Amino acid sequence: MEFDLEFALETVGPLLMAFLQVTLVVTVAGSVVAALLGLIWAVCQRELPTPVRLPLSWVLDVIRMTPLPLQLLFAVAIFISFDGYRKFPDTDVETIGMILGVAVFAIHYSTYMAESYRAGIDSIRQGQWEAATALSLPRSRVWRAVIIPQALRATLPSLGNWAIAMFKDTPFLLVILVPEMVAKAKQLGGASYQYTEVFTVAGLIFLAASYPTAVLMRKLEKKLVY
Amino acid sequence: MSTDTTSPGGSTGDQPRIVMEDVSKKFGKNTVLDGLNFTVARGERVTLIGPSGSGKTTILRLLMTLEDLTGGYIYIDGDPLTYAKRGNRRVKLPNKEVTQIRKRIGMVFQQFNLFPNMTVCENIIEAPVHVLGQSKDEARAKAADLLDQVGLRDKIDAHPTSLSGGQQQRVAIARALAMEPEILLLDEVTSALDPELVGDVLEVLREVARKTDITMLLVTHEMQFAQDVSHRVLMFDEGRVIEEAKPEVMFNNPTHERTKQFLQAVL
Repeated sequence: MEFDLEFALETVGPLLMAFLQVTLVVTVAGSVVAALLGLIWAVCQRELPTPVRLPLSWVLDVIRMTPLPLQLLFAVAIFISFDGYRKFPDTDVETIGMILGVAVFAIHYSTYMAESYRAGIDSIRQGQWEAATALSLPRSRVWRAVIIPQALRATLPSLGNWAIAMFKDTPFLLVILVPEMVAKAKQLGGASYQYTEVFTVAGLIFLAASYPTAVLMRKLEKKLVY
Repeated sequence: MSTDTTSPGGSTGDQPRIVMEDVSKKFGKNTVLDGLNFTVARGERVTLIGPSGSGKTTILRLLMTLEDLTGGYIYIDGDPLTYAKRGNRRVKLPNKEVTQIRKRIGMVFQQFNLFPNMTVCENIIEAPVHVLGQSKDEARAKAADLLDQVGLRDKIDAHPTSLSGGQQQRVAIARALAMEPEILLLDEVTSALDPELVGDVLEVLREVARKTDITMLLVTHEMQFAQDVSHRVLMFDEGRVIEEAKPEVMFNNPTHERTKQFLQAVL
């Protein structure tokens, strides 16, 4: 088997396009929303009264313990439907697919991020809460000014890891027919039966994007050190 | 401003600053305080001594509302702090009311508990700005004055982690004073410090005692310091006050056998 370099280079353009238009958009939007939601879940689990907190924890556990592709299919079944009948006939399927993709990825990963935040919050010494009480700081201010900034420092490395994990999960979008990069690669490969080349290029693009992200996270971590 | 160390408070008939009425505190089955009663006058400085586990730190924590009262009442200037009597019932007060009273109380902790994500200045102005509603400029000017008092003016923009334990504790004192409390609770404030750093912190507190009429409750193992600054010493054992006296009497001529034993062990 020979590696057709010329063909591989030809596919870089369309693959990169799919990468920028879908994979990157879903990852960036998904991580930002997941990071916010995760923080909200973690704070809620500390602040809400037990009758509300317990059901929330169960829901989060269910989401965390079921597979992402299944959740994508589930979302499609609810919001688009497979049988030709479309619930939002005026919006094109790809757009809905993208929106669902971002939503499902964000919610799925928010449950993992919530656990990371929780560990970060738990790592803060009781004395910090007590000092805040002794100064009569309002609860919201304690979170914003004292607890979250300190928790974030402990949480950031693992948030970065979840973002990279999410990034690597984007090929699952092909189960709901969103044209992300790997789906595109499969399509290009299918047309020429040169799968090795396209998948290699797709893999390299993933690597080229993950690595700087990891470096960036590390820099950000250092910035947060006091 | 009372500057002498013998007669605390103002004229007779003044409302006591702190009233502890039948206060009890249990942790699970363990009774730490049991039907405790005492009052502290305005401007009075009271040292609580006693073996560890005798409940003295718990009293400070109850006053700071860091622990929930199991039974009884605490009054600050006549106002109930966490629980109030309504007829025959004992009613827990809502947070909002508690905060109003709690603002009059400040605390310095054994472990300093500065916020490491903030500079020294930010630590000090956080509550004045967000609780008392001072402007940032106003609060910063006051913070600078307070840091002058504790001898750390040049550290105003430093991060707490770059300071020694003694310096951190002096910042913590400045932070508590920035709220202009009527009552200052000092919980073993030198216990976590290296011996050579203790002196500076105690000097700052002596100065506060000399220059202000803040009511102070101290838990300390520094008996000389306790003797110098306090008007009254309470000896605790097993959740009760077993002896109370002026410091010179307590430290030189205690009457209770348990007090004698304890002082012999620590002095």
